[in-house]
This record gives sequence, structure tokens and C-alpha cells, in this order.
Amino acid sequence: MCGIFGVMDRRRQMMDGSGIRQALSIMNERGSGEGAGYVAYGIYPDYRDCYALHVFLDHACESKAVVDATLEQWGAIEHDEAIPTCDQPNFRAACTPWRYFFKPDPSLAPGSATPEKDIITNLVMQINASPDGTEVISSGKNVGVFKAGGAGSWPETVADYYRIEDYEGYIWLAHNRYATSCPERWERPDPFNLHDWSIVENGKTTTYGANRRYIESFGYNCSTGTDSEVIAYTIDFLVRRHGLEIDLAIRALAPPYWDEIDRMPEAEQKLNRALRFAYGPATMNGPFTVVAANPDMMVGFTDRGKLRPMVVGECGDRLYIASEETAIRTMEPGVESVTRPGAGEPVIGRVAP
Amino acid sequence: MSSNIGSMPLRYRVTIDRERCMECGRCIENCSYGVFRWDGDRILINSRNCTACHRCLAYCPRDAIMLEEHPCDYRSHPVWSRQVRESIYNQARTGKIILAGMGSVADLPIIFDHLMLDACQVTTPPTDPLREPVELRTYLGKKPSRLDFARKPNGDIEVSTELAPNLMLETPIMLGHMSYGAISLNAHLAMARAAKETGTYMGTGEGGLHPGLYPYQDRMIVQVASGRFGVNVDYLERGAAIELKLGQGAKPGIGGHLPGEKVSADVSRTRMIPQGSDAISPAPHHDVYGIEDLPQLVNSVKEATGWKKPVFAKIAAVNNNAENVAAIARSGVDAVAIDGFRGGTGAAPRVFRDHVGIPIEVAIATADRELRKQGLRNEVSLIACGSIRESADVVKAIALGADAVYIGTAALVAMGCRVCGNCYQGVCSWGIATQRPNLVARLDPDVASKQVANLIHAWTLEITELMGAAGINSIESLRGNRDRLRGYMLDEGLLEILDVKSVGA
Repeated sequence: MCGIFGVMDRRRQMMDGSGIRQALSIMNERGSGEGAGYVAYGIYPDYRDCYALHVFLDHACESKAVVDATLEQWGAIEHDEAIPTCDQPNFRAACTPWRYFFKPDPSLAPGSATPEKDIITNLVMQINASPDGTEVISSGKNVGVFKAGGAGSWPETVADYYRIEDYEGYIWLAHNRYATSCPERWERPDPFNLHDWSIVENGKTTTYGANRRYIESFGYNCSTGTDSEVIAYTIDFLVRRHGLEIDLAIRALAPPYWDEIDRMPEAEQKLNRALRFAYGPATMNGPFTVVAANPDMMVGFTDRGKLRPMVVGECGDRLYIASEETAIRTMEPGVESVTRPGAGEPVIGRVAP
Repeated sequence: MSSNIGSMPLRYRVTIDRERCMECGRCIENCSYGVFRWDGDRILINSRNCTACHRCLAYCPRDAIMLEEHPCDYRSHPVWSRQVRESIYNQARTGKIILAGMGSVADLPIIFDHLMLDACQVTTPPTDPLREPVELRTYLGKKPSRLDFARKPNGDIEVSTELAPNLMLETPIMLGHMSYGAISLNAHLAMARAAKETGTYMGTGEGGLHPGLYPYQDRMIVQVASGRFGVNVDYLERGAAIELKLGQGAKPGIGGHLPGEKVSADVSRTRMIPQGSDAISPAPHHDVYGIEDLPQLVNSVKEATGWKKPVFAKIAAVNNNAENVAAIARSGVDAVAIDGFRGGTGAAPRVFRDHVGIPIEVAIATADRELRKQGLRNEVSLIACGSIRESADVVKAIALGADAVYIGTAALVAMGCRVCGNCYQGVCSWGIATQRPNLVARLDPDVASKQVANLIHAWTLEITELMGAAGINSIESLRGNRDRLRGYMLDEGLLEILDVKSVGA
């Protein structure tokens, strides 16, 4: 199960979190009340040039000291503070959510085309792999993930705990978890984020291990055992390090069948065969609908059998992608068009330049 | 006889139920080992010649023949087993190395049987192969590690990376290398036709390519072994791919061995060696004395064939298998076939067959892991061979990291072989491992090819079902997907080597 929801405003007009909270809550039937999360782009205009690191600290003192020291090795902490929260009835905080606004020192990653992102990637891998009770849950500029797990973590509770309605963003993704393992862990629910990219998934791939081994052979380190983490890293790898356009990256993850490729014109055949040759180990199998975003776009795609739902709505400058139409209508009662893309047919929405 | 050992206890005892027997003599006609003969109007039995090939049983119209193994007991002893004692008697008498046919008979645990496959239940749905596509199409050869793109004036994106030649298989099962000489032309014809029918490939083995197989040459992987038997540029050009045989699982570290009895006129022509001579290929290739020599051989073979064909290398699975595979992956080779210690053979020294090498399950798992670790996995495809017995073994081998498998013994069994292990005697009663025209004629290539094709087809269906149940609809998503395996009663060290979790984990 799980319910996912994404909304993007093409002209970067801001939406506060209250509508997203409503949209996600209407799909509570798809969740188990043991995890929910939100991510929004555009929420930290005052620190737009800093990487905003959202970190779960098991121990506000000891754990934080480790993070502080690690970050200071690789750049400068411009500001850090506890993420404001508001206690909720029947909901217990398992860790302290903290945020850092951080500027990596690009001179420390010589020879890299994207030194800041390389440093951030390595920092996230290093901190999340260590047993110090710290987990970086988001690490991009002007973006932040807010999520929680454990009993009572319904979407509206988590939203109220983080006071989601106080944030304004132009892209929002949200996830309503139906827990199958480790329901108590706060880092387990989606969204997953690695600097630019955020992921929410409704699904459970049958290729987790193969995909994980592939992406880990390029220096990524998957510490939570969830699909979304692997997807986030793989999209970053394909787009940033291998220079694939997003549509080709999606095709690498969810390629057409060979029979379809055989029927394509010659040049297209070659392109698709090459993608399957090169990225076969990254191909995801099993049921999934993924909504991914970076500061410039929001995309949705499904497995090629479309075993999980994906509904797309459009209204003015807004693009919606959700598990259920009702979620879209909850946030946008006047939605102008609602479509259900075919299996393996991606939806790509870009923010106006 | 210059020994005092006398005769060994019978290995098999053949009996005829005289009430059922109608004295038709089919057993006499069919037995090529001389177990049966006429004595007036009565059939006499010499059980000592029996190899348990079952030809007489299979063709007795009255089910009158019965066979018993080890009818005579030795004093039982846990150390001085029957096999140990009989080997000593044999060697005390002859002073020679003992030759044996077929794969290892060592009674060691089979890892495949301790690996359980996964299936989907409710958190993920199984795929129903009757209603949804499940792709078994497999490409063998180098894959690009990344792609370069170019944008055309009209905005379309094109790949500018050139793809290396790959073999396209409709199913991840290929027919392994068994030479013409070791097996008969009819057996080769049967497999070649089956390969064509099922959209896969077969290996020629190291015995050259008989002109009778030219019509199927686009389905043949031509082998170049250390003896270079039958190798010339015409041979290389005929194959769909070329395989350099560097080792064999049944006898790692030594060369091939074809007894002169099997070198008939036709075999001699195809191999380019004198009739009746033993064909002993050297242990190493005499132009490959170190890994740096291998790229030269690979390049010369590629140069000779215009860089159009994938070049495979086959090695035996030994201790430092992963290192060998990683070295080969840097040599320009397109695929590495790894032959496990249970791999079959027409003839091998018994002591090698039963004692040298490592299991294919371990060899594939460690090769796949090492290649990924060194960023070389895309450079070569991995082919698992050596004791692939059923479709589940194929799925397990692929989940451990193989791209495809070779089957050898299983294909022979599909043609009637009873795994009696006397291939080296050259009088195979089934017409498979023999060159005697009267015996070869027993194997009708049309009938046998159908049986081999049936086997591949049946396994392919089973693989499709197993993958569907695991919610996997393309073979590349199964490859190296060790999370879909669980080890049952395997020790912790082995689980770690295989990178597989225990059942329940």
C-alpha cells in the first residue's frame, strides 16, 4: 500500500503545507499510522546558498558533537538549530530533529565537476553509515524533509508535529506509510533525499539487492534498506555523474520490453538497447510508483506493468501526481484535468526557467 | 597376469528373469560392452563387463533384465572404503593413473541444494507469466559502463557509444563444449539443431567443426584449446563466437585427453591429427605463459575475424578464481565461462576429477562480487557451467551472478545417456560418446534434437514460472539478485562467501 502525493507549481508560486497535509490524510486508508513524511522545495530562502542538512540525532549532545566535528572538516556551518516541533498527543519523539545550514569547501574535492555535491554525498554516506545515532535525512539547498515513524505517526500528526503549515514551498512531495518493517524507525518512511533529489515511492521492488549492489559499487552507501534510498542515489548517479537527461534516466530504471524495442525505428532501438546494456543492473523490477523531484522538476513513473496506481492532475500552473484522485481533489477541488498514464509512461513536469 | 590380487568383486550383477525372457536377443544386439552372448539357444551373462548403461534394460521388450550395483559386500570400513581399496588394487596391478569419465563422484554436499528460492506473497505481487511478459532474452558480451549521447539537429538524442558485439540468446541456457571425438557427430547434430530451434548456442568443444555442422554455424561457439585441434581461420570465421579454453572443471590444471580409440578417420580429419592417435592437449596454451599473454591471443583471434565476434574464455573454478576472472576481464575477453569442479568430461584422471577445484556456486558468486568491486562487471558476461542439473540450478546460478549457463551432461542425458561414466572406452551403447559407425547410427539426430530442444524448452518454462513467482520480469533483474536466495543449513563462512542470507533472515 502506501499513499504518495506530489505537487509542483511551474511558476514557483509558494504553497504552504496545510493543503498537502489534507491531501495526504485523505489517503489514510493506504497507511498504517506508523510513518509519514513531507519534503518541500523553496522553504529556506534566507539560506538559499547553503546546503540544508536535516539530521535526526539520537542524543542531542553526543551525537551532535560528532556531526559538528564531521561537518567542520569539510566546510563551514553557517547556522544550526533544532527543527521547531510541537508535541502531539499519543505521539512520542524518538530523536531530536536538527538542521544545519552548511557550506562545503569545494577546494576539498579537487578534480570533481560537482565538488560541493560530491562532498555532501560523501558526508551523507559517512554520517549515515556510522553507528553514532545520527542520520542525515535531507541535504539539499533550500529543501527539507520532515518525517517521523512509530505508533501514532499519521500524516496529520506528523504534519502538526513539524508545523508543516508554517513552511512554504513550490514543490511538495508527501508519503503515507504502510509499515512492513522497522515501524518504529524515524528514518524509514519516505521521502528520501540526497541534495537535489527527493523520492517518494509506493512500492516494493523485487530487485532491491541487485540495484543496491550496483549503486554501492560507485561509492554510495545504502544504510536504511529501503527502495527509495537506492532510487534517490541511482537517479543522482545517472543524472549528475553520467549526464543522462531525466527521461533517459527513468528509461534506464524502468525500460521498455525487448519486444517493444524490436519494433522501434533503428536509432531508437540502438538507444534503448544501449540503455538496457549499460544500466541493466540498475533496472527496477516489481511494483512501484515513484514521484521524484529536484529544484527544477517533478517526475512520476511506474513499473512497466503499472502494478501500483498513479493519477495525474493539472490545474493552472499546478501539476499533481498522486496515488488517488481524491487526494488531488482534496487539495484542488477545481482540478481541470485528471489522467492516468499508461504503464511505464513517465510524467515529467518542469519549473519554468 | 603378474598380480596376486585376482578378480575384483562384481561392480554390477545382471540377471535375466528366465520366465519373462522370450530370447529375442535384443540385449545381445544392444549391449556394446559384451555382457550378453548366445550359448546355443540360451543367453549367457557376463556381468563383469557391465557398465550399468541400461541399454539392455531400455530395449528389453519384456522387462526381463534386472541390474544390481555392488552385489558383493566388502567388510565395511569408514576409511578404507570400497572405492579406495579398488583404486589401490587397480594401481597396484597397473602402476598407472586411473582414468574416469563424467563428472566428480565425490560425495560432497551440493550447495545448489542448500539454496532456497524466493517467491512473492502480499507485500509484492507475483507476476503471472501466462498473462504478463517475463523476459529471458540474454545478451552475452561486453556492456558499456556508461553512454555518450549526441543531440541531432532535430532535437532527437542518439547514442554515440559503439556497442561491442553480443550474442543474443532467447533463453539463458546454452549447450556446453563437448568435442566431436569425445561425442559422436549425430550427438553434435542433435544439439546444433536443438540450439537453432530454441534460439541458443552450442559449443564445439576442442575438436574442430565437422562440415556436417556448417548449416548450423551461426549457432556454434567455436573453441580454441591448447592443442589447437581443428583450428584455422576458416574455423574461426564460421563460429558465432570464439571460446578460448584455458581450463576445464573436471581436470583443472591439465589439458584435454581423447583416447586414440575414438580418433576415427572423420575425427582425425576434423581435428587435423593422425587417425588413431591419442589427442592430448597441453596443460597451458604454449603462447599464454602469463596473463599479459592472454590479450595478445584475444586480439589475434579478434583481428583474424574482423572484430565482429565476441571472444569467450573458459576456466576451471579453482581457489583464486576471482583473481583469475578479474585478470581475464582486463584482457579484451567478452565473456568468461567458469567450469565448476563437478563439471563433466569424456576422460579425466580420477584423482583430478574428484579432488581438484571448487564448486561452481562459490566460483560464480566470488567472481561476480570481485568484478563489481573492481568496476569490471560490465566488461565480461559470466557463464556458469559444471553440474547444472535442472532449471532451479539455472535460476540459482544467475541469482548468484551468472549471465547464462552451459549444460553438458544434462543435454547428453536428454539424448539417452545414463551417466554410466565409461565415455573414455569409446563404445557408448547410446551412440553418444563413441565413434563406431554402428553405435553412432543408434542416435537419430532428428529424434535426439527434439529431446534436447524439449529439455531446454521445459527448463525455460520453469525458469519463467520461478521468476514470475519472485515478481521478476526480466533476466537482468535476477542476475546477482542474491537477496532472492536463502541458505538452508549452510555454515556462516560459506553464507558470507556467497553473500546470501540464512533462511529466516
